[in-house]
Amino acid sequence: MRTELVLIAAMAVAVCGCKRETRTFRESPPASMASDVAVSDLHPGGGNPPARSISPYEQNAWALNEGKRLFSAYNCSGCHANGGGGMGPALIDDEWSYGHEADQIYRTILEGRPNGMPAWRGKIPDAQIWQLAAYIRSMSGLAPKDAAPSRSDHMNGPPPENAAPRMIPKNAGTPPAAER
Amino acid sequence: MRTWTTIAVLAAALASGCHRNPPQGEQPAHGAAPAPPASSVTGQPDDGQWLMASKDYANTRYSGLGEITTSNVKDLKLAWSFSTGVLRGQEAAPLVVNGTMYIVTPYPNILYALDLTKPGAPLKWSFKPKPSAAAQGVACCDVVNRGAAYADGKVVFNTLDNHTVAVDATTGEQVWNATLGDINRGETLTMAPLIVKDKVLVGNSGGEMGIRGWVTALNLKDGSQVWRAYHTGPDKDVLIGPQFKPFYASDRGTDLGVSSWPPDQWKIGGAGMWGWISYDPELDLIFYGTANPGPWNPELRPGDNKWACTVFARRPDTGEAVWAYQYNPHDLFDHDSINEHLVLDLQINGQMRKVLVHPERNGHMYVFDRQSGEVLSAKPFAFTNTATGVDLKTGRLQYVEEKKPSTGKVVRYICPAEPGAKDWQPSAYSPRTGLLYFGHQNICEDMEGLEVSYIEGTPYVGANVKMYAGPGGHRGEFKAWDPVNGTIAWSIKEQFPVWSGTVVTAGDVAFYGTMDGWFKAVHARTGDVLWQFKVGSGIIGQPITYKGPDGKQYVAVLSGVGGWPGAIVSGNLDPKDPTAALGFVNAMSDLPAYTTKGGTLYVFSL
Ligand code: HEC
Repeated sequence: MRTELVLIAAMAVAVCGCKRETRTFRESPPASMASDVAVSDLHPGGGNPPARSISPYEQNAWALNEGKRLFSAYNCSGCHANGGGGMGPALIDDEWSYGHEADQIYRTILEGRPNGMPAWRGKIPDAQIWQLAAYIRSMSGLAPKDAAPSRSDHMNGPPPENAAPRMIPKNAGTPPAAER
Repeated sequence: MRTWTTIAVLAAALASGCHRNPPQGEQPAHGAAPAPPASSVTGQPDDGQWLMASKDYANTRYSGLGEITTSNVKDLKLAWSFSTGVLRGQEAAPLVVNGTMYIVTPYPNILYALDLTKPGAPLKWSFKPKPSAAAQGVACCDVVNRGAAYADGKVVFNTLDNHTVAVDATTGEQVWNATLGDINRGETLTMAPLIVKDKVLVGNSGGEMGIRGWVTALNLKDGSQVWRAYHTGPDKDVLIGPQFKPFYASDRGTDLGVSSWPPDQWKIGGAGMWGWISYDPELDLIFYGTANPGPWNPELRPGDNKWACTVFARRPDTGEAVWAYQYNPHDLFDHDSINEHLVLDLQINGQMRKVLVHPERNGHMYVFDRQSGEVLSAKPFAFTNTATGVDLKTGRLQYVEEKKPSTGKVVRYICPAEPGAKDWQPSAYSPRTGLLYFGHQNICEDMEGLEVSYIEGTPYVGANVKMYAGPGGHRGEFKAWDPVNGTIAWSIKEQFPVWSGTVVTAGDVAFYGTMDGWFKAVHARTGDVLWQFKVGSGIIGQPITYKGPDGKQYVAVLSGVGGWPGAIVSGNLDPKDPTAALGFVNAMSDLPAYTTKGGTLYVFSL
């Protein structure tokens, strides 16, 4: 009985550990995940927002690190700084204009957003967009701490992603133009 | 034909130093529109209007109005106010023409006309250019606009998405609309145009986005392009020809705008022009400085990077360059040279000289012979540890080796920081006191150079920056400077960078505003604060003064924090990241405790 429990526990650890350490050489992005991407809290006729599945990239240390690397390589950091914002809004805070779920962030990156977020469709491969989306969630503490990057190779910016305070996301972001 | 007659008449008027413009074409309802005075330093009576952001061609921002004096300014009261309806950084100078005030807002760049002849200055009309919302993403440092210009019955201004628009000053109808740039190349327009003779002069912003900088002249009549001078590339694009005679050897040579860059880098080398242009009608030269080269990390662009950080003297009719001088060869710290160049006649070493005075971002006050381009003096007006001075023989700025930024290395305690000792916030010069008045910042930084990919339409910076207060701990100052002796007359320390413009009057009162929302009147001779008023939001705008239709003197300023240092408030940035807003957030993390967003015009009178 005891042994069984230990075994089960060990297997559980192994399974989690696997996700954290997995490297796939041919990425198959969760295309199906991006089909239902509401960005409103209002759902006419009642009912709850659609249930969401967690992006596999979010639990994977390598994918998150790739996301971090790509965030600089695609100049996201030029507009969003190291998450505190600049030309674009802050991404380490709790305010979201277009949603904090991985599929919503995926949409944000793919299609752009009207007040100055470029549309990257056709420029960034799908798997990398998912890695970026996962990384963006880690910036405000929404990804598992054991998988999120623990250091930056550069001058100190905000606290490392695995120490980022977990923000409770709110769909409260005011896009700049709303302030007209 | 009509244009030529107009030019001839205008030229004649200017040459004779005449203050009034003969009637020309479409006249606004309130009678003859006066021509911009060539220089308020000529001592002629002030007509009480404000036709361009810089007040006059000489860029003095000196007003001859003297009703408000050092003794009665304490009685200044709010006369009326107006909400712009936009909550981003309000950097513009209002215009006052023929009993009407014109204000341009930050993006979405609404132009308002207010009727000063009626109590409370009600709205006459508003003009909405509806710029592309996407332009907001490529504006480096808040979505500001620095104001409009008036001439020939038209109000001309720029939109963030690269349009220059002329609007009929009376009806508010669009006269023409010219497209000058492309947000997908990282370009935006934020500067206040200058109208010289029959030409509208406009320059682009985007030194952080890998643009190729230029100044363009448009026909005031129809917006068609007359010339464009690029600030990088071959001489023919820079409009360098046989007339070009720079004073210093290092600014002479063929196609330096190509050879002072790594191959093809000049095509994305920055060097826009988003600041001030001045004009000397007598020499028939315009003067302006170009912005920083990109990317910021200087190791990625070996060479002098011409013609970034350079002052040009050009012919307004053709754009042809007459002389140039590079302030910051191979710029190390984003030290744009777009600050104002005041056209003054000063007694230098006992001799009356035609000079240009330029408070440069690198912390030195340059005085030039404006005919030859010779640097007569370049004294530090603020703390700097990045350069030891300017070699007046060669004209070169002497950099301090250990402060040079480099890839993967954090260089600490760089002073002044990227915004420089003084940024765009324009100064004012009083011929009565002989002093130059300006707000500036006292900010240092740590900087790390990074590798950066060039992706058209996205930032091209390559640096992590963290700014903080310079020596003394105060982040700003308001200063009076004696340009003849090169000394500080007096100075007021401010907690935050003084990001507002300045106006100085014949009543010997200078006005400026602070980022925590105080509008202040100071004694121009002593620096004593004589009056202050707390407005709704921090001030980064340009105060002006004018004579109302009722004959009274008014002082007006836009409140509404933002701009680069205020982006933490106007853009809701997160201070957990010290590198936010290109590193300025680290120095401004307490600003949200002192001010909130705003967008209101305040007008004061006795
Ligand atoms: C040219 C500047 C710029 C670049 C480059 C840029 N962004 Fe943005 N981004 C913006 C702006 C501006 C917005 C706000 C858009 C709006 O409100 O409509 C934004 C919005 C976002 C949002 C939505 C935030 C919310 O509150 O919903 C996310 C997520 C985001 N960007 C991620 C990225 C990623 C990842 C990259 C790199 C692939 C990137 N951005 C590159 C300017 C930029």
